[in-house]
Amino acid sequence: MTPYSLDAIDRKLIVATQTGLPLSPTPYAEVAAQVGISTAEALQRLQALQQHGVIRRIGVVPNHYKLGYRFNGMSVWDVDDTLIDMLGQQVGDLPFVSHCYRRPRHLPDWPYNLFAMVHGKTREEADLQVTTIRQLLGDACRSSDVLFSQRILKKTGLRL
Amino acid sequence: MDDIDKRIINSLQGGFPICERPFAAAAGPLGLTEAELIDRIEKLLADGTLTRFGPLYQIERMGGRFSLAAMAIPVEDFERVATIVNAFPEVAHNYERTHRLNMWFVLATETPDALPQTIARIEQATGYPVFNMPKEKEFFVNLYLSA
Repeated sequence: MTPYSLDAIDRKLIVATQTGLPLSPTPYAEVAAQVGISTAEALQRLQALQQHGVIRRIGVVPNHYKLGYRFNGMSVWDVDDTLIDMLGQQVGDLPFVSHCYRRPRHLPDWPYNLFAMVHGKTREEADLQVTTIRQLLGDACRSSDVLFSQRILKKTGLRL
Repeated sequence: MDDIDKRIINSLQGGFPICERPFAAAAGPLGLTEAELIDRIEKLLADGTLTRFGPLYQIERMGGRFSLAAMAIPVEDFERVATIVNAFPEVAHNYERTHRLNMWFVLATETPDALPQTIARIEQATGYPVFNMPKEKEFFVNLYLSA
């Protein structure tokens, strides 16, 4: 997909909304006033940004820890290069995996090329998810690790 | 957090409408009034249950780049380096993780060229190498957490 080309007003709209929407009955009217366009234009532009995938979604972003998800594990796997695309898709399709990517190895420090995020309210729940992935990968996986998050150091999201 | 809060969290992680009175439109199906929904979201943000409320942008669709990067920082130097790394506006998230590579952050830059430049600036500012791990393939992304 070719990138969506933003003009100066789109960019202003993103800057005005990237930290959040105003908590008023007419949040988009407030944003429009800030950017200096009509409410109708702001709505139309935001709809276009959403249709083109520039806005992934609009809603609430919960804090994992506050919802009880204390065990947020980045499971990482050294998977056979000839099988990773097929197996990566199967791991990504598991209902409990929130993000799943193929990424480059950095040998010898970092042998892992498949990343799958799991989230558990207990250590056992997270461990069970990791075990399920291990069974799915089978002999195609040479080694693995799980890096649990100990602390959120920053979580602001995108800033233009 | 009561049942109404849970209902809001479970049903509003996406799909908040783009219209004149979006809170009114979203409140109806939740059995709330516009004012109640605004008040609830305000409280959930204030007590940290929500980190944010609004649009989530995908910078790659605007021609920018995301990447995941990691560093191995000695324990005694960790806080200093975290402060330096967090001060970069290109750092969207940063987590401490259990590994020799103990600092993991997501970089978001407006152009492809700005990504390696930002990594070089972080290496220079901190004195530690950055392991860049851009995604080569995305198999799945949809973070949905049920309350």
